[in-house]
Amino acid sequence: MIRKFSICAASAVLFAVSLGAGAALAQKSGGTLKVYHRGTPPSGSIHEEATNSTLSPYMPIFNNLVMYDQSKPTNSLDTIVPDLATKWTWNEDKSKLTFNLNTGVKWHDGKPFTAKDVVCTWDMLQGKRKAKFRKNPRKSWYKNLDKVTADSDTQVTFHLKRSQPAFIALLASGYSPVYPCHVSPRKMRTNPIGTGPFKFVQLKQNEFVKFEKNENYWKEGLPYLDAIEWTIIKSRSTRVLAFIAGRFDMTFNVDVTIPLLKDVKEQAPNAVCELRATNVSTNLIVNQDKPPFNDPDIRRAMVMSIDRDAFIKILGHGQTIKSGALLPPPNGVWGMEPEFLKTVAGYNPDVNANREKARAIMKSKGYDENNRLKVKVATRNIAIYRDPAVILIDHLKSIYVDAELETVETSNWHAKVARKDYSVGLNLTGIGVDDPDAMFYENYACGSQRNYTGYCNADLEKLFEKQSMMEDVEARKKVVWEIDKKLQEDAARPIIFNNKAATCWHPHVKNFTTMTNSVYNGWRLEEVWLDK
Amino acid sequence: MTSYLVRRFFLMLLTLIGMSIVIFLLLRLMPGNIADIMFDSAGFVDPAEKAALEKELGLDLPIPVQYWEWISALVVGDLGFSYVSEMPAIDELAPRIPITVKLALMALGFSVLFGLPLGVISAVRQDTMLDYVLRVISLSGLSLPSFWLALLILMAFVTYLGEIPIYTDPPDNLWDELLLYTIPAAAVGFRTSAIIMRLTRSSMLEVLRQDYIRTARSKGATDNSVNYYHALKNAVLPVTTIIGFEAAFLIGGLIITETVFNIPGVAHFLVEAILMRDYPIVQNLVMFIAVVVVLINFIVDLLYAVLDPRIKYAD
Repeated sequence: MIRKFSICAASAVLFAVSLGAGAALAQKSGGTLKVYHRGTPPSGSIHEEATNSTLSPYMPIFNNLVMYDQSKPTNSLDTIVPDLATKWTWNEDKSKLTFNLNTGVKWHDGKPFTAKDVVCTWDMLQGKRKAKFRKNPRKSWYKNLDKVTADSDTQVTFHLKRSQPAFIALLASGYSPVYPCHVSPRKMRTNPIGTGPFKFVQLKQNEFVKFEKNENYWKEGLPYLDAIEWTIIKSRSTRVLAFIAGRFDMTFNVDVTIPLLKDVKEQAPNAVCELRATNVSTNLIVNQDKPPFNDPDIRRAMVMSIDRDAFIKILGHGQTIKSGALLPPPNGVWGMEPEFLKTVAGYNPDVNANREKARAIMKSKGYDENNRLKVKVATRNIAIYRDPAVILIDHLKSIYVDAELETVETSNWHAKVARKDYSVGLNLTGIGVDDPDAMFYENYACGSQRNYTGYCNADLEKLFEKQSMMEDVEARKKVVWEIDKKLQEDAARPIIFNNKAATCWHPHVKNFTTMTNSVYNGWRLEEVWLDK
Repeated sequence: MTSYLVRRFFLMLLTLIGMSIVIFLLLRLMPGNIADIMFDSAGFVDPAEKAALEKELGLDLPIPVQYWEWISALVVGDLGFSYVSEMPAIDELAPRIPITVKLALMALGFSVLFGLPLGVISAVRQDTMLDYVLRVISLSGLSLPSFWLALLILMAFVTYLGEIPIYTDPPDNLWDELLLYTIPAAAVGFRTSAIIMRLTRSSMLEVLRQDYIRTARSKGATDNSVNYYHALKNAVLPVTTIIGFEAAFLIGGLIITETVFNIPGVAHFLVEAILMRDYPIVQNLVMFIAVVVVLINFIVDLLYAVLDPRIKYAD
């Protein structure tokens, strides 16, 4: 009986292996992946930008030490796989992270990759080198990084100031490529060099950015594609029509909005379109230095006036997500689950009850029907900002706040926010990694440059550190939810909803996986192939 | 005539100097600069890093110094570097200008080829069914925004032909290039052709009622000879003025058309450069356009004398 079972099992394994082999054999090499791009990338230097416009096209030039498994839709600590590193080890208290590196890896210009390049990259990010980035938007990610040392040509160690088990999650992001030591930041902006599967060929403003296969790629047999061409088309109508007409294999990363998705599906019924959470939230920013918004009660009342379901129904066709700062399951890993979310002030589904409480707060501060608070709601002058701002203004009316829309030319938005030249604003925030360390230290920590409202809470800072040092996911999650609840109730940067959008491709594009909890980590494209 | 030309030349020069100051100052009056925009794409503003960037780009210098640096470099043909691509501005502009010029010429050609004869026909056949149809066409040309028309054309192509006539790759030969630009040129030229058609019609109607036309007819001249030799020759003067103005105005229409048809011309590029506050690109390009417009006006003035022998420029 046992022998019979063994034979059956062995046959099953053989069958499965042969199926797998069949699938591998089916992959075709060659062809040019044609993707449209929404606008000229601000530069080719991923470390200097915080936008998909750079990350999506340029990610295939580089490698990280580790990366998120490109075939798994949800990024988590469990889906991190080796890239330039062959393996990694932690010391006992999780304050030293050592990577063993692949040998024989070469930069696109033929120079060898060594541990020194890793040291250089993070020294640059910490501002320790003479050559500086023009911009360094993720400096706050490395607040806890003391130094990086090259133990040998093939081993590096990240020395942290304290234990941070999730530090590796930051290194796995598409925003954490390894840069060559011998190439200047200027050249990395205009003509970047990496170790990745594709080499940069040319960028022409408003026309295209082209990449070709790295014939000497150190991962054997990869990439499958010969080239990737991103054609820049500013007009959304034109580019979506061009995709429908088959001019492109793929749309830009999450470029298809929920209303547009319906059109695409109707006109290109064979196209594969995946509507995914983008981990980009629409949120309220309140200048905590400007009276009366320096009063936490007023801010809380504003939060309680928001009917999130209305936003989701009107703008997201019922498909966007109600959440706190962190994206909840099944899309994300760390966000508050629905039952817990209901306990957060302002998230109670009974909107009238919330608003009743908010009105009572406003009355206690001297505002009522006859003495309404007048305010301007500032936002970028583009639809995805303007539309929710208009709904927000309507909601604020219910608590004796008469708000007026102040549209700001998009290029001046961050400058205005940084100057604190606003009282109330509506903003969008994307996060590179679905991990509380990235979210809290980047957006809510005292002194962080991306903490637009200037919210600073010493007690929460301690909790940020506490959760950051925790290894047990479930225990950490409890602390994270506690923090998120407090952030929402303090109106640190109250989340109105978390966005969703789609990426579409034609069926001949194979092996591409869209990710559910970050739009910044899934564009290596080394295993994507065309069945043409 | 010679002294008129010299006077006009110096006036042109003064106009261009004035324009260079206006262009330079207007750009600086716009809120924000490239540093603001570059930090916007990074999602934050670090005052120290921003100040370093402004210093690197010379934006911290006093405005008159910045102007002098630009204009003195421009005179010797140095256009500087694009702030966005960090490439020489001339390399960014030079390949794009011919594309827009070709598109503009095709659009203008389309406008004249359709507008002028149809205007004459409309006048000659005044108050007939043909005249009504042509007047409706010309009115629709004036009232349809070119971006809307362009999008309708694209949608019609995708829906009925499964193809989209936009620029994604450079054309291989002249024929491909002509095909590529025909539809955008027609889309942008439709409005101008409507203007030309209406103006030609009213101008022709006025001329056709003149005594010398009646005299020509009484002398037994044929309809064609009267309409196209005697009448059109005189009716075409105001039309020529409008064609001159429209040639400059086309740039505005081309911005939209280049955006919708994704043509990598200089008009769309200019708008992008303005949005990015890419001063070297905008200043040099707008100066170039100013030179072209001033030149066209100058040429139109000269053409008056050629087209109408009654006009003489006093020395």
